[in-house]
Amino acid sequence: MKYDRSAEAAPKRIGDHALRVEDRRFLSGKGRYTDDVVFPNQLYAAFVRSQHAHAEIKAIDTTEALRMPGVRGVFTGADLKADGVGAIPCIWEITCKDGSKMIEPDRYPLAISKVRHVGDAIAVVVADSEQTARLASRCVEVELEPLRAVVTVGDALAPGAPVVHEGTATNLCFDWSIGDHDKTERAFSSARHIVQLDLVNSRIIAHPMEPRAVNAQYHPAGSEFEIYTSSQNPHLVRMLLCHSVLHVPENKMRVVAPDVGGGFGVKCYVYPEEAVIPWLSRKMRSPVKWTADRSETFLSDAHARDHETHAELALDDDGRVLGLRVSTKANLGAYLSTWGPCIPTYLYAPMLSGQYQIPVIYAEVKGVFSNTLPVDAYRGAGRPEANYVVERLMDVAAAHLRMDRIELRKRNLISRNQMPYLTATGMTYDTGDFALCLTRALSAIDYDGFEQRRADARANGKLRGIGLSCYIEACGLSPSRLSGKIGSRIALYESGQVRLNPDGTATVFTGAHSHGQGHETAFAQIVSDMLCLPFEDIEVVHGDTARIAFGLGTYGSRSAAVGGSALAVSSRKVLEKGKHIAAHMLETTVDKVAFKDGIFSSSTTNKSFSIKEIARSAYIPHNFPLDNFEPGLDELSFYDPLNFTFPNGTQIAEVEIDPETGACEVCRFIAVDDFGVIINPMIVEGQVHGGLAQGIGQALLEHCRYDEETGQLLTGTFMDYCMPRASDLPSFEVSYHEQCPCTHNPLGVKGCGEAGTIGGTTTIMSAVVDSLKEFGVTHIDMPATPEKVWSTIRRSKDSPFQGQQR
Amino acid sequence: MQPFELVRPKSLTEAHTAFLADEESQYLAGGMSLIPTMKLGLVAPSRVIDLSLIPGLSAISRTGDAIEIGAMARHCDVARSPIVSQYLSGVGLLAGGIGDRQVRNRGTIGGSVANNDPAACYPSAILGLNATIKTNLRQIPASEFFLGLFETALQHGEMLTGFRFDIPKGSHYEKFHQKASRFALVGVFVSVTNDLTWRVAVTGASSQVFRVGEYERVLDAGGGPRDFPGEFTSPAMSSDIHGSADYRKHLVSVISSRAVGQLMQSMAQQH
Amino acid sequence: MSEKICVSMRVNGEPICRDVSHEMLLAEFIRNELRLTGLHVGCDTSQCGACTILMDGDAVKSCTIFAPLADGTSITTIEGVAETPAGRAVVTAFHECHGLQCGFCTPGFVLSVVELVTKTSSIDETEARQAVEGNICRCTGYHNIVRAIMQAQSELAGA
Repeated sequence: MKYDRSAEAAPKRIGDHALRVEDRRFLSGKGRYTDDVVFPNQLYAAFVRSQHAHAEIKAIDTTEALRMPGVRGVFTGADLKADGVGAIPCIWEITCKDGSKMIEPDRYPLAISKVRHVGDAIAVVVADSEQTARLASRCVEVELEPLRAVVTVGDALAPGAPVVHEGTATNLCFDWSIGDHDKTERAFSSARHIVQLDLVNSRIIAHPMEPRAVNAQYHPAGSEFEIYTSSQNPHLVRMLLCHSVLHVPENKMRVVAPDVGGGFGVKCYVYPEEAVIPWLSRKMRSPVKWTADRSETFLSDAHARDHETHAELALDDDGRVLGLRVSTKANLGAYLSTWGPCIPTYLYAPMLSGQYQIPVIYAEVKGVFSNTLPVDAYRGAGRPEANYVVERLMDVAAAHLRMDRIELRKRNLISRNQMPYLTATGMTYDTGDFALCLTRALSAIDYDGFEQRRADARANGKLRGIGLSCYIEACGLSPSRLSGKIGSRIALYESGQVRLNPDGTATVFTGAHSHGQGHETAFAQIVSDMLCLPFEDIEVVHGDTARIAFGLGTYGSRSAAVGGSALAVSSRKVLEKGKHIAAHMLETTVDKVAFKDGIFSSSTTNKSFSIKEIARSAYIPHNFPLDNFEPGLDELSFYDPLNFTFPNGTQIAEVEIDPETGACEVCRFIAVDDFGVIINPMIVEGQVHGGLAQGIGQALLEHCRYDEETGQLLTGTFMDYCMPRASDLPSFEVSYHEQCPCTHNPLGVKGCGEAGTIGGTTTIMSAVVDSLKEFGVTHIDMPATPEKVWSTIRRSKDSPFQGQQR
Repeated sequence: MQPFELVRPKSLTEAHTAFLADEESQYLAGGMSLIPTMKLGLVAPSRVIDLSLIPGLSAISRTGDAIEIGAMARHCDVARSPIVSQYLSGVGLLAGGIGDRQVRNRGTIGGSVANNDPAACYPSAILGLNATIKTNLRQIPASEFFLGLFETALQHGEMLTGFRFDIPKGSHYEKFHQKASRFALVGVFVSVTNDLTWRVAVTGASSQVFRVGEYERVLDAGGGPRDFPGEFTSPAMSSDIHGSADYRKHLVSVISSRAVGQLMQSMAQQH
Repeated sequence: MSEKICVSMRVNGEPICRDVSHEMLLAEFIRNELRLTGLHVGCDTSQCGACTILMDGDAVKSCTIFAPLADGTSITTIEGVAETPAGRAVVTAFHECHGLQCGFCTPGFVLSVVELVTKTSSIDETEARQAVEGNICRCTGYHNIVRAIMQAQSELAGA
């Protein structure tokens, strides 16, 4: 075989605007999502779900459902329990401030004796068709004796509140704190200024466009499960199902997360349906599939955010921050979801220092059970909530001190030369130039010209406001040693395997999972760059426990920083071994071999070999010194990060409000983000856009609402839960600051997936409040719906619009 | 979905007979409201009678001083119709803003009016233009058609065949969206006849479409939106998670003023 | 009543004739009977538009049409969209503008945009944003979809 070396001089691909390889199948209808998979003899399942928020299960009558033609079985929690099916575990244990452990009630895949939220699964029907299963599920008669429900954290913690979990005295799951209480008290007691703010971080729902689905088949010959599931995290699904729920060996379960139609966090847990469907497939000895429709998604996907917070900032006369005190009540829902308790604690409070030098911080968080869907991570997960607290406080403090918001921030920013910087909450920011991003954002939006634009808008009867967020996030979860210390029951490294095939193409295996992020493109760029292989010759494999050594999935902006780093380390190992092979073939020693532009060469000889030639030789090692190294060229790494990464930046926006209706329009949105090294600017920009849309969605449109008396979900379809549409959003102006690469991973990347929700929500709320500042408004809660804005204006004594009929 | 029998009649008589032959019959026009409610299990007819094969129900024509629109005319047909655009511009605007493009490609004026969703746009045009509603059995004046929440004067088995609108001097529609559903949180249809009689019809704000007599009287007397009184009589304002009664009432005033202002402005430009 | 109704239609140019149950939705027919799984269903209230197809050239939500009503029509799904110049232009524009991420809303979005650029000319970005209110995308923030619409439009105008 002869190789054309000229074709191998691949260009540097990191930083390249490469078009995505996955687009071809998505744009031709060839994507393969879980619901697209149909096994021979496929059966279908439908769940019977509670219509009450809190009730005792008195009786379940399956007779009528079982009589329907095509129904193959109806099962309840008792059936699963009798078969030894365990509870679904939570992977994070919070230790309370008094040293006790969080309360951790069992969450069985189907409710036993009691239901605790609307949508809690009670029974499951299996039938020949999806239609029959659904119709039969409506015929299962469940006798429920309703109990009083609690929805809000306030109600749940009130004395005499009904308890969600029997056997507990209250609905308090944990009472946790971080920071130095006494020092913070001292800082506040001597401060000249204390500003306070009560705020609510509203409950929202992630809603990836693909509803969750599971399809499982059981192969009795080998006692093996094959499970397709719409998941961000197939290895975790396998690990938890095998260890805790179904009690089968991991080598007897294959979990595939094929094409997944968006995740945003909500698909990185193990859900009851992921336990029930495989169990059914074994029980029925036939494949069983379940696909949620959107209404069911509202009742079965984890919800997000839902904090009530009291926050205080201590400052001196010059606007220097002296301390921060935060008390948050976080709604956990009825059960602990997979990551549930970690989100409002370790992913939230450590980031309360934001971009600022805050000498002392004390934060306490109460995790509270309620009769609502479990609450877990959604894009940003804890960090948007932290950014919202600290940035709203900065705005309120500026108003209090009658100081410009920008000036107040500038006085407190951590400067580039203070890096690495240890915050009062224990995070070590490795790098960043916060002031530079801020300055660039201000200049991009022409901050100095804003008052003129405000006046122009006013002349048109509109209220214009400008708002910003200086945000920082902790991403790239996370060093295993640290994770263990703070309660994680799993580790958070990532695997990456780079296999050079005999023909010189590469197959790359990652434990990260792509569900829109374009890993098949970006990860190929990394390996192409490092091995100087043509981009087209690299195939990226993800989402299959049978093909990938191990994985911890994609969430928390970790894929490039942790998964990409694993691939970088494996690529280095490939080159290292390649050098040994080359040394042998060049008849020299390893230290004399250089690798450049895809060619192994040595100063000792005129001969050289391309990486493709080396790959071929590795698999035909007829005359290799096999005592020194093995045949083959296939390297696996488990990369454990040394620290979090700290993406940061400034986002700034202008909005206009119609004071007569309260309607708010986002006029401009500018993001200047520091993501470290950028692998594919096109993909990164897309990630920012998507995050911003979700951030703006929470600020203006989206709100998951319950009836606070009954616990009924009031926003149960897209008719009532407002998803952002194109006309609700502006075009975004996104640019990067690339001069501060991450200092501790091999690629210098920080992560970009969550920036939009972390900064975006806060930015818009800051702008909305600014547009209303003439009415003395310093804060309103999300979402800033037209009615909320209008009633805020109407309530204002100073309102020139009050009582005016035009 | 609950199984049912689908019947596809080719004449009004055939449709009517088919309807009466089953106790749980339901007519199907564009299906944009009916099918989602069937999917959610909120209605479960045992017989569905599709009206799309009956000829002659979707024409849009002008006869003398009137415009006729067939019940099965789709929103996109109405929005694109040059006749509507010339003589009933408010109706064209309204049709072009219902739901979304895909919904407008299927949904029909007859289906919308017969359903009488309190937040649907069309009822405001029917009332705001004092249209005549034609059925397979009779003609019904707009003022007698809308009876309440999802309730109309249609009798069991009676079906809409079309609408007759006397050509007004001008008409306009303004809609303030309920952003999740794209229905009207408040929609206001205004029209003025050649003898300068005004109608202001409001949808979305209450359990059914209604006219604002106070505003109409101001306009009939030659006044403008600035002269609208702060209070007006109406059925009880709706109140839900998308808008309190107070807010809806306020929007009625704001959106009515804008609708009237727009119409006055466009009429002034024509002269 | 017979349990099935015979429907015949052209799907991506191919004549199709099948017996379907009365209540079958067109989306179910295309996904489950024809196994054209590029068509996706993202909601049950006709909001998201993931199931959008072209029916006699009109963009419609196939989850809100009974399959028997498609009798005699000509249907285009994502699998066949690239057969026309407009379809090719839109598909190319989505790819080149990074107008898709997870790919789930994409087929419906593409078909909706094909109708848009076929039936309109020289719409601006604001109009384009209004015109796709029948399609929800959770990944892209629409920015690049709007760019793709603009690109496809000018591509077709120049053709």
